[in-house]
Amino acid sequence: MILMKYDVIVIGGGVTGCAILRELSKYDLSVALLEKEEDVCSGTSKANSAIIHAGYDAENGTLKAKLNVRGSELTKQLAKDLNFGYRNNGSFVVCFDEGDRPGLEKLYERGVKNGVKGLEIIEGDKAREMEPNLSKNVVAVLYAPSAAIVCPFEMTIALGENAVENGAKVFLNTKVTDIKRKDDGFIINDEFECKAIVNAAGMYGDVIHNLVCDEKIELTPRKGDYCLFDRECGDLVKHTIFQLPSKFGKGVLVAPTAHGNMLIGPSATDISDKEGNNTTIEDLDMIIDKAKLSVDNIPFNKVITSFCGLRARPKGDDFVINEAADGFFDAIGIESPGLSSAPAIGEYVGDMVTARLGAKKKENFKETRDGLKKLNKMNYEERGKLIKENPLYGNIICRCEEISEGEIVDAIHSVIPATSLDAVKRRVRAGMGRCQGGFCSPKVMAILARELNIPFEDVRKNNAESPMVYGKLGQDDEI
Amino acid sequence: MKYDVVIIGGGPAGLSAALAVRKEGIDSILIIERDDKLGGILNQCIHNGFGLHTFKEELTGPEYACRYIEKVLEEKIEYKLNCMVIGISDDRKVTYVSKEDGLCTVEAKAVILAMGCRERPRGALNIAGFRPAGIYSAGTAQRLMNIEGYKVGNEVVILGSGDIGLIMARRMTLEGAKVKCVAEVMPYSGGLKRNIVQCLNDYDIPLFLSHTVIDIKGKERVESVVIAQVDENRKPIPGTEKEYKCDTLLLSVGLLPENELSKLANVELSRVTNGPVVSDSFETNVEGIFACGNVLHVHDLVDYVSSEADLAGTYAAKYVKNQKGDREYLDVEARDGVRYTVPQKIDVKNMEDRIIVRFRVSNEFRGKSIVVEADGKEIRRVKKRVLAPGEMEQLFLNKAELEGVKKLCVCLKESV
Repeated sequence: MILMKYDVIVIGGGVTGCAILRELSKYDLSVALLEKEEDVCSGTSKANSAIIHAGYDAENGTLKAKLNVRGSELTKQLAKDLNFGYRNNGSFVVCFDEGDRPGLEKLYERGVKNGVKGLEIIEGDKAREMEPNLSKNVVAVLYAPSAAIVCPFEMTIALGENAVENGAKVFLNTKVTDIKRKDDGFIINDEFECKAIVNAAGMYGDVIHNLVCDEKIELTPRKGDYCLFDRECGDLVKHTIFQLPSKFGKGVLVAPTAHGNMLIGPSATDISDKEGNNTTIEDLDMIIDKAKLSVDNIPFNKVITSFCGLRARPKGDDFVINEAADGFFDAIGIESPGLSSAPAIGEYVGDMVTARLGAKKKENFKETRDGLKKLNKMNYEERGKLIKENPLYGNIICRCEEISEGEIVDAIHSVIPATSLDAVKRRVRAGMGRCQGGFCSPKVMAILARELNIPFEDVRKNNAESPMVYGKLGQDDEI
Repeated sequence: MKYDVVIIGGGPAGLSAALAVRKEGIDSILIIERDDKLGGILNQCIHNGFGLHTFKEELTGPEYACRYIEKVLEEKIEYKLNCMVIGISDDRKVTYVSKEDGLCTVEAKAVILAMGCRERPRGALNIAGFRPAGIYSAGTAQRLMNIEGYKVGNEVVILGSGDIGLIMARRMTLEGAKVKCVAEVMPYSGGLKRNIVQCLNDYDIPLFLSHTVIDIKGKERVESVVIAQVDENRKPIPGTEKEYKCDTLLLSVGLLPENELSKLANVELSRVTNGPVVSDSFETNVEGIFACGNVLHVHDLVDYVSSEADLAGTYAAKYVKNQKGDREYLDVEARDGVRYTVPQKIDVKNMEDRIIVRFRVSNEFRGKSIVVEADGKEIRRVKKRVLAPGEMEQLFLNKAELEGVKKLCVCLKESV
């Protein structure tokens, strides 16, 4: 058997894996990423609060504190360089009782120690001037102007694609089931050979770790339910509104999204099933009740979808990032603030791995990425010009988000190609709007079938086990 | 480009409106349709039952549409297919995109909104569970079967007893699927009585009233759904859960008029219908912008859409010809069991001698009468054995009885 040889293989195509891959692609190394699903951004990275936290939550001196603050700085520039949705909207942590004020002050002090800039405690009335729908019961607020919101799909895909543009390889539908040690490296699935492995396998980080390391670890899925609201409600709050954190995380937030929707959530319930990303009535009811405490006038009849994400919770309170065995690096237990920290985790792990391999930076690293065209963000003139160049941009497929056939075709043939309905949706938002794909999904299926040259019935929602239809009608009628 | 009347949407409402405009002698008309053919949603409604009022015969959806499309072709009314309107201004400039024309703006003396409606998705009900393949709104499943020609599922549960859900219960059964049940959260059906009989009862498909889906299982494709009875506050009752093995969940949980464009033109929308607030001439609050069909309020019967759009087209044409002067409106108040009326206001001075008012009730009622009061005085009382939210009601009002009236209301009262 011929093995595919790489210097470094990253396991897991979430935001952490993609950020690490991009960092490694800056060096004179051959690098690849293995992802078990049909697309990157298919686990924790696709279902979270989409927040770039300012960095006051984590205890001073932890990896979380250090990487969050650094990650938040890096993300701002990255969003420009790699073209993903980002908005520096600032955040509030609210308290409802004078008795909780010391908690707010503690957060403030911790944030200052962590190096967060611009933190300020402001009184309820002033906060309501900035945020008119803030609850009348809010007495004081920790204001963090550096907090931001991102599109986590675009961010993950952008990091992965920029790595590919710089020579990295991404293998989709490639689940790691076996890792063997050899003298100077590893053999994965009897298919790949590498000198170093980075384990960024998210919820399955423990499973991958335990394939290699003697000291076994366990990650607990902590589920979080969310409700997403129609873009009509995108202006209800401008800032991300948190409540004072508890031992179960940062509590329920109310926030705008980078695409102008509104999001509430998450819950925080520990479960045992690593695939258990189903919402539950209890958790949905809980987040609705909690969200009402922070913000008035939430129009609950404008929910367009609800979803659940799993955080991979480690035993300790910090990220698990280290060389767990010779040449085997863990980047796991990346719960919140994992998205905010991702670019910094990339740097941190990149430094460890390249030092170990004695790698040097390439001279021709391409820092920027164009990304996909977004016609509905353009003015009429630009848009008209583009349609003239490529008429497919004039054929609107997703009417809610106003996405054209041309944009969908671009996504299907992009650097990391979209091969499923969900993958198209994450790249261009077709099906992400208020009808939730009711009108466009048959049309997107037809475009996928045509562009991938596969039968219509072979189009999947996401992975191979998710068929949309079961063959042509009338085929059972044979005599 | 400039037109007298631009009609947005080439479904039953748009087609009927266009023909009415032409009948008034106006030549310069443009229909803008986003799909690749005229006819709108009728094209996928291959069942019969259309046209009983309009043509006194039972037609399928495509046949019904065809009657109008043929006339539009005969009249040589200009239409554009595969064109998506992306903007309307309140001075009636309509911007659309298409492969052929690129990005284009047309000006109109009058605009008729006829964009239709869309289905409420799962998220609107916040149903808990996984998010696998196999969860379709009934209309999407209908398109996949009737237009694309594919088998959508083998074992099916349907949530919601709206008409499309009922039609699809029968349709999927006829194509060999097993429809296990229809669950309806309300204590009454959301669809027409005739559809309950012809689509469920005739095929022994059980209808569970006051039931809803509380969980969806299956990570990649639906594997089962859990249904439970609900109490009077629509909260699931513990202990009543039943799990149904299935690969498909269809949702028929309501339709919403699609008014994103109307908002761009600053058209005032009703919080009850989610459609524009219109006068007896189907004009919105924005002068020269009219609305009809399911974009205005969701109808049960296409026949009513056609007749309503016919009126809207006629009024739009008259507006283009005369630029109607001052308007003074009498609001129509809907209360005591009447959810809304269309029109919501009447220009008594300029109204026709007799107008039709359509409305829906808010609950299932027995032994009530529909009552119209003008300045507190009953001017109409119609006894009804049963009234249900799933059936649109109508009554006629005469100009003579509205002149000088300050306060008009439509309500339900106990029959005597």
